[in-house]
Amino acid sequence: MNLFKPALILSCAFLAVFGEATLSAPRHLLGAQIDLLPALMVYSALNADIVTLALLAVLGGMWFDSLSENPLGVTILPLMAAGFPIYLRRDLILRDAPFAQLVLGAGASALVPALTLLLLLNSGRLPLLGWGSLWQWLVMTAGGAAATPVAFALFAWCSHAFGYRLRTESSFRPDREIHRGRK
Amino acid sequence: MFKQKNYLALGAVVLVAIILLSLPTRATSRLKLAVGSWFLPLFGLAGAGQQLPADLADSVLPRRELLKEIDTLRRDNQQLKEQQVQSVAIARENDQLRALFNWQKQAPWKLKLANVVMRDPANWWRTVQIDLGSRDGIQTNLPVLTAAGLVGRVSTVSYVSSQVTLIGDPNCRVSALVENATHDMGVLIASGPLDNSLVQMNYLSSSANLKAGQAVVTSGLGDIFPRGIPIGKIVDAESIEYGVATEARVKLDANLGALEQVWVLFK
Repeated sequence: MNLFKPALILSCAFLAVFGEATLSAPRHLLGAQIDLLPALMVYSALNADIVTLALLAVLGGMWFDSLSENPLGVTILPLMAAGFPIYLRRDLILRDAPFAQLVLGAGASALVPALTLLLLLNSGRLPLLGWGSLWQWLVMTAGGAAATPVAFALFAWCSHAFGYRLRTESSFRPDREIHRGRK
Repeated sequence: MFKQKNYLALGAVVLVAIILLSLPTRATSRLKLAVGSWFLPLFGLAGAGQQLPADLADSVLPRRELLKEIDTLRRDNQQLKEQQVQSVAIARENDQLRALFNWQKQAPWKLKLANVVMRDPANWWRTVQIDLGSRDGIQTNLPVLTAAGLVGRVSTVSYVSSQVTLIGDPNCRVSALVENATHDMGVLIASGPLDNSLVQMNYLSSSANLKAGQAVVTSGLGDIFPRGIPIGKIVDAESIEYGVATEARVKLDANLGALEQVWVLFK
């Protein structure tokens, strides 16, 4: 079993969460931090197996919540809710088209914070909300949408550079071999 | 069979989430700290990364600039020494007066410097992680401040790091008083998700005499923040609830958006 792709996706999720917690530039410039986990969920839903998708939702969600004031585990379900429907319909999606990636990234990035907030409010927590949250939601949606094609390009490059290469097929076919001379 | 595997995975994820969300608070916070400790090796890397541009800038700074900076620092040092002599005399006088009235002697503040290593990745909370933990004597609910003013309080403590809930987060309410003639008291709460330099001061009396620019300090009520820590300045005030109460906006003295080092105050 080739573990390169799942390991790469999970490592990227880990670094993405770390980057979100340490890099304040988007917060200063746009007033909101961009979440990269939905973009990774879209990539995994279209290119990885269900175990990787589930692991990304569980581990990514737990990593995110461990650095946040969120209750541990609250981000897992929104991530899975964004990735699983895409996974089920992935044969019908033009996964190589950047526009499709952009639209799916926008949808997932809009859905994940909305569902997380819904779960937080349902569990009796009082997150910081106001009219400014709408702007933050738009920034997260646009940022996640822009990050999705970038994630696809990055993973394609990584797979090409570090993954197993496709076995080159020989044009030789034994059934078409011309035998000369007498048998 | 293939579809069944998909729904089994979905069921497993839902089960894990439900188990995590229904764990007792104590177990959840322990698990959270354990998961958060995975990031510890990256703390140092991030610190080194942030230090690198400063080191590079220092190495290319001209000699003239450095000499100028040394001169300024010497002058500041001299001024601080003079102020220290003055404050020692004032403290002595204060102690004598307290002894005269049989008042309890005020304990001096004990501060510990901490580096801010991470911020909350979620946009709906205002917390930061600092590089001091229980091994450094940190406990929950210790006040955290900068030279400019109050920043927040320690909310969670692990062995090597702690989470600080900043003013303006819904989980950090501060009892404060306005430094005016009537010493109006209120509670600081979150004002909005975008501007982290403003907080709202509620529960002020209708007769509160507030003016823009008046200083706001901690009131000492609530047993978390000692009295007199500067918080900010009044920006504006308005009468609410048909004139029954007053609410004001306060601009924080500390810049919460650019926190790099903070002081943890030990009581």
